[in-house]
Amino acid sequence: MEHHPVSSSGNSPVIAQAETIPADLLAKIDEAVTHYPVSKRSASLPLLHLWQNHFGFIDDSAVKWIAARLDLEPINILELVTFYPWFRQQAPGKTIIRVCRTLSCAMAGSYELREKFCHSVGIDPASDHHHGLPTSPDGNYSVEFVECLASCGSAPVCLINDDLHEDVTEADVPKILTQYLS
Amino acid sequence: MKSLLLPPHPKERRVVFQNAWTQGYTPDIECYEKHGGYAELKKALGMKPTEIVDEVKKANLRGRGGAGFPCGVKWGFIRRDDGKPHYLVCNGDESEPGTFKDRYILHNDPHQLIEGMAIAAYALNANLAYIYIRCEFPKAAKIVTKALQEARAKGYLGKNILGSGFDIDIHVHQGAAAYICGEETSMIESLEGKRPYPRIKPPYFPAVLGLYMAPTIVNNVETLCHIKQILKIGSEEYSKMGTPGDGGTRVMCVSGDVVRPGPYEIPAGGVTLGELIFDVCGGLKPGRTLKAVIPGGSSSKILRAGESFKIKSKGADGEMIEKEIPLLDLVMDAASLAAAGTMVGSGGVIIMDDSRNMLWALNNLNQFYAHESCGQCTPCREGVLWIDKMTTRMVKGEGIAQDPATLQNVADNIAGRTVCAFGEAASWPVQSFLAKFPEEFAVGEK
Ligand SMILES: Cc1cc2nc3c(=O)[nH]c(=O)nc-3n(C[C@H](O)[C@H](O)[C@H](O)COP(=O)(O)O)c2cc1C
Ligand code: SF4
Ligand code: FES
Repeated sequence: MEHHPVSSSGNSPVIAQAETIPADLLAKIDEAVTHYPVSKRSASLPLLHLWQNHFGFIDDSAVKWIAARLDLEPINILELVTFYPWFRQQAPGKTIIRVCRTLSCAMAGSYELREKFCHSVGIDPASDHHHGLPTSPDGNYSVEFVECLASCGSAPVCLINDDLHEDVTEADVPKILTQYLS
Repeated sequence: MKSLLLPPHPKERRVVFQNAWTQGYTPDIECYEKHGGYAELKKALGMKPTEIVDEVKKANLRGRGGAGFPCGVKWGFIRRDDGKPHYLVCNGDESEPGTFKDRYILHNDPHQLIEGMAIAAYALNANLAYIYIRCEFPKAAKIVTKALQEARAKGYLGKNILGSGFDIDIHVHQGAAAYICGEETSMIESLEGKRPYPRIKPPYFPAVLGLYMAPTIVNNVETLCHIKQILKIGSEEYSKMGTPGDGGTRVMCVSGDVVRPGPYEIPAGGVTLGELIFDVCGGLKPGRTLKAVIPGGSSSKILRAGESFKIKSKGADGEMIEKEIPLLDLVMDAASLAAAGTMVGSGGVIIMDDSRNMLWALNNLNQFYAHESCGQCTPCREGVLWIDKMTTRMVKGEGIAQDPATLQNVADNIAGRTVCAFGEAASWPVQSFLAKFPEEFAVGEK
């Protein structure tokens, strides 16, 4: 399990995220907490997901705000952010490309596929993903390897934002990338 | 998934998959009701909860999540009237490499799962349940959430369901990309909002001290769908589809070097490995020969083409006889695979042909386990990292002569010495690859 370093410098935002929570996010947070009548603490993961879906990443103010909302200490939230690979403390690219790395996909060419994605968007394939997501210089794409996406029968696969792409070949890459141009 | 759009193979019997790929079938509740949806929940609410548990016992349903524990026996651990709250958790983490069945159910037939869960909750006297879905299935979470709303609106969930006096609420809970959360006590910690470190057993068997320290049953997505089907077909018919002790159908997810990979729902013991590869999946790629099979998810022990197994079975006169069974004649059920020293596990069958390098393949799996260890136990945290480092350098041609022996030693010292079965899951590939393909790991003197 990778434990991400805690960010104190670098991409720290000018305005703390917690200063700008919109009403619809607050409503979703209130609703999520009702799903856990026995213990509010159980809402930690759902709140982190709602937060990251809205802001793109989790900043220090988020950790404090979520902890306060659930009557917890900030460390109770921070230790989740640093444990779970899904949560980030830096902004990602607009489109996140997650290529499956594990055996069935690797046998079907997923290592080559990830390299192709990296080269196509201008990311150095050797970049270290332990320090934030490798992101293209224009900020449009992040590319990372992930473990088995439970679609091994249509390998290689990748998850791009919320969409699963199956049986992906290197030749499909340009077409896929234009699909995600905003 | 192309194979699912084909008509079922003659060896298949689509039971939990019966609707998911029917032309025009949609995940909404009206469509499900048209296909007999929620009829078994109505039936169940008219039965005694103990009758339902007995049906599940008689059906010989084994859990489809990996450990293969008899479901009815597990349910029997819950004392309905102990005065404590009880919880049901559906394991939709589906992260074992090679396994891809639950995702199709979650996306295409969510109400079948919800009906199975409502029946299970009634049998177990649980009034609150969660469906833990890995966050890499964002669409599944939306589809299941919508299906839960539909079921609530129709009175299948909520207070006093269908006028029975029984209350059951179900919510979706999304994971955050950690394989360990598939382990049931880790899942419970994750649901409690903590770092998902697995709990030590005993005392923390979920059925005794589970979610919020109350009796809890964790079942796999496919397992819970089978519950609905057992009530529909009846335990007798259902158990007859399988072998003694392994009832019903099982989705076998075949990936790797075959012509038609895919999830195939097949009666337990209904095919041999050879039939699965060469008949159901259309054989190997042209000009290739079989090299190895991982039969039950990446954690199960690998089998080598050409090997055979001494397997005991009951002869016609009831006497136990021992027979030599070649790999391809191995029957794909829990008992036969256990006799061959491996397991049916999660049903994830990975096929490798003669183009594959076993050191490379093991290194791929070692990287998976090194990434996913939760870090709680020293043998696992340190051991899987070193195993990965060793095979990584061996792949680069920088191995040293004692590497295979060191790998073996490290793996032997992880298995059996950890809090959870991840320790075994990570060691078994190393131990079995080394035992079955020693020549591919030998490092020459430098
Ligand atoms: C490391 C590890 C990972 C697991 N991952 C999963 C999983 O992704 N899905 C699953 O259903 N069970 C998984 N299991 C098995 C669960 O612990 C548990 O046995 C299962 O969910 C029980 O349901 P069943 O009896 O219906 O199979 C895993 C077990 C271990 C040790
Ligand atoms: S065996 Fe590994 S995954 Fe399981 S609790 Fe120990 S460190 Fe965590
Ligand atoms: S190995 Fe890539 S989806 Fe399973």
